[in-house]
Amino acid sequence: MSTTDDAVLALSGVSRAFGAVLANDRVDLRVTRGHVHALVGENGAGKSTLMRVAYGELRADGGEIRLKGELIPRERHSPREAIRRGVGMVHQHFMLVPTLSVVENVVLGREPLRRGLLDLAGPAGALRELSRRFGLEVEPRARVEELSVGERQRVEILRVLWQGCDVLILDEPTAVLAPAEVRRLFGVLADMAASGLAVVLITHKLDEVCALAERVTVMRQGRVVDELDGRVVSAATIARAMVGREVLLRVERGPRGAPPGAATLLRVDGLRVTRGEGTDAVSDLSLVVKAGEIVGLAGVEGNGQRELVEALVGLRPQAAGSISLAGRELSRLGVGERLAAGLGHVPEDRLARGLVLDFSLEENLALGRQGEFCGWFGLDRRRLRVEAIRLLAEGDVRPAEPLACARALSGGNQQKVVMARELSRPAARVLLCAQPTRGVDIGAIEHIHRGILAARGRGVGVLLASADLPELLALSDRVLVMFKGRVAGQLAGAELDAPGAAERLGELMTGAGGAT
Amino acid sequence: MSGFLESLVGFAFWVQVLRISVPYVLAALGGATSERSGVIDLALEGKLLVGAFATAWVADLSQSPWLGALAGAAAGALVALLYGLLVLRWRANQIVVGVAINLLAFGLTRYLLKLAYGSTSSSPPTPGFEGGLAGNPLFWACAALVVVWQPLFSRTRFGLRLRAAGEHPQAAASVGVVVGRVRWAAVTLSGVLAGLGGAWLALDNHGFTAEMSGGRGYIALAAVIMGKWRPAAAALACLLFGFAETCQLHLQAADLGLPTEVIRSLPYLLTMVALAGFIGRSRAPAALGVPEDV
Repeated sequence: MSTTDDAVLALSGVSRAFGAVLANDRVDLRVTRGHVHALVGENGAGKSTLMRVAYGELRADGGEIRLKGELIPRERHSPREAIRRGVGMVHQHFMLVPTLSVVENVVLGREPLRRGLLDLAGPAGALRELSRRFGLEVEPRARVEELSVGERQRVEILRVLWQGCDVLILDEPTAVLAPAEVRRLFGVLADMAASGLAVVLITHKLDEVCALAERVTVMRQGRVVDELDGRVVSAATIARAMVGREVLLRVERGPRGAPPGAATLLRVDGLRVTRGEGTDAVSDLSLVVKAGEIVGLAGVEGNGQRELVEALVGLRPQAAGSISLAGRELSRLGVGERLAAGLGHVPEDRLARGLVLDFSLEENLALGRQGEFCGWFGLDRRRLRVEAIRLLAEGDVRPAEPLACARALSGGNQQKVVMARELSRPAARVLLCAQPTRGVDIGAIEHIHRGILAARGRGVGVLLASADLPELLALSDRVLVMFKGRVAGQLAGAELDAPGAAERLGELMTGAGGAT
Repeated sequence: MSGFLESLVGFAFWVQVLRISVPYVLAALGGATSERSGVIDLALEGKLLVGAFATAWVADLSQSPWLGALAGAAAGALVALLYGLLVLRWRANQIVVGVAINLLAFGLTRYLLKLAYGSTSSSPPTPGFEGGLAGNPLFWACAALVVVWQPLFSRTRFGLRLRAAGEHPQAAASVGVVVGRVRWAAVTLSGVLAGLGGAWLALDNHGFTAEMSGGRGYIALAAVIMGKWRPAAAALACLLFGFAETCQLHLQAADLGLPTEVIRSLPYLLTMVALAGFIGRSRAPAALGVPEDV
């Protein structure tokens, strides 16, 4: 066991392919104790794959994995082996069993026994102790399905700590957290690094990297393209390394506020939407979107934003209230009629609702507009092809190939197809945009933001629901904050440019705003 | 009618309820185990039937009900092995394979019956356990299993991994639980238990009759759902079905002027009503029927 190497986790020449796609191409990475090490890159750059290889969840096709200096044979590596050697991982999609209690989840896989039966009392005590030490409060006996997202993440981290780890890998840990929770998490991670752990943070949010990481490894297309010092590097430098070209982190926009005298397009009054069990997802909600105005919709996930957007499009029944578009009542209309009346919808889940993955791009572009391409017998393919080529070029979709299968595109390009279709409806006057850049790479984000602003310039009203506060701050003329199904407050115009705007939104999102 | 009501308060009636419930309970414990691990257990019916045949055959050859019961359990496990190969190893659709195995069991047991005894309907009388319910070791084994099975799920390492495998196999795998192994164990256990249920049928009847499982596997599965996939509650639901079946027998004897077909469908009607009332409110293991992806 040679420990001349001070790296607790060292990868050299690691490769891993999925089919014909090389997700990791001879990657080298060294992680040392006492540091927060950021692994950044666009979606599909291979960050998660690399860490899942290190954690033994995916088998490497080639290369060497060393933990604390000791070589782990590729074929013998497994999560169990990784945990045994002090490597813990918190996945982007939480790996918790919702129906089990916190302590059951924590011990799963390494259950201590007493007289042949599970010993849960011992670990529960140990968890309380760890919670206190690291400020990660959570009740060990609670069922995971009853916990908030932030609490679940704490459970994940506690599990890794309970197992005893030297390396803590976190995959996109902030994607689901409110700003205050993010700050809290970063405090915990900094403490852990200070206490001698190695923390690996996979992220594509550059401000996080700059705030926390001392080392930054940038990946692009499966390779490590740069190693940077996080304490001195700027977000723009990292972004350039990630994308391989200059990127505008924030698109240019005109002054905030709807144009003077703009007509009200979308008016929602007293809307109530119920969940399956009869509780209110949205209660007594009213809002207005004017022509040429972008209204942001902020909120921690699960506070009714999704249900609101779905009810507006007609995908979810409303229990009370009215929805009108340019004076025309929509409440009783079906989805198709609402779209024809002038709504556009960029759904939150583009894979399930935005696209038919096995259709070609031109067919996807025609969805909901198929009536316009009606020929003598079925679709008028020629006319459709012409329109598709135009939209794909305008939308900067790559490849701009009308017959390509939607499944083959990257997330960013898929989203561009959805955007292009929704903005192309001849009657589109109000665009309902839910999480338009979630899981979309930086290059495509820039383009999607431009598209939204261009629509605004043409007098389209936009309702933009997003979990990404910088995105809301960059684009919106007004931001409404939803909390427990109601609008908890709003920030408009200059308030959005004032320092501390994000903090103010964060307070409203967690119900600490006090505004009614 | 009054004769029926009188029998209801008799000791013999309730002994009969228990006796009739045993194969349901054994199958339901197996079903709950398999399903909690995430594997649909439609093949219960086939396992009961094959278990019953093997029991009758071996009990006849050896003149020992003990060896017969052992053979029933082994035959159930063998069917489970086939099922496991198809749905765990090769990830075939669990519902389709389950139905196929049940059909196979019907045909196979008829064929073997012909081969072994030259009959299309039943085997010659075979030995069973003597001494009534209280003296039947299989009955006490079943009762003990009902008591033990709930804590097996909630208080043991295997039980925790079983529940995790059925609810969120990826999460279980990510902490080093080998989901495939847990599911193999659960499927095999279900085979052994359902095989024992079949053994009970054959030993209690002193012989094998073609298609003697009579849909009990499906009803046991309904009991699992009614019991919300909890073994003790599923066993209770089985007692309810046992009660319905006993009533049915006594009602037939009471000769109410109703067609016997109507009376005989009583337990099945009860199954449908119970499921209609319960199925919406009970939540299946989240990964039920979803093959593990590696």
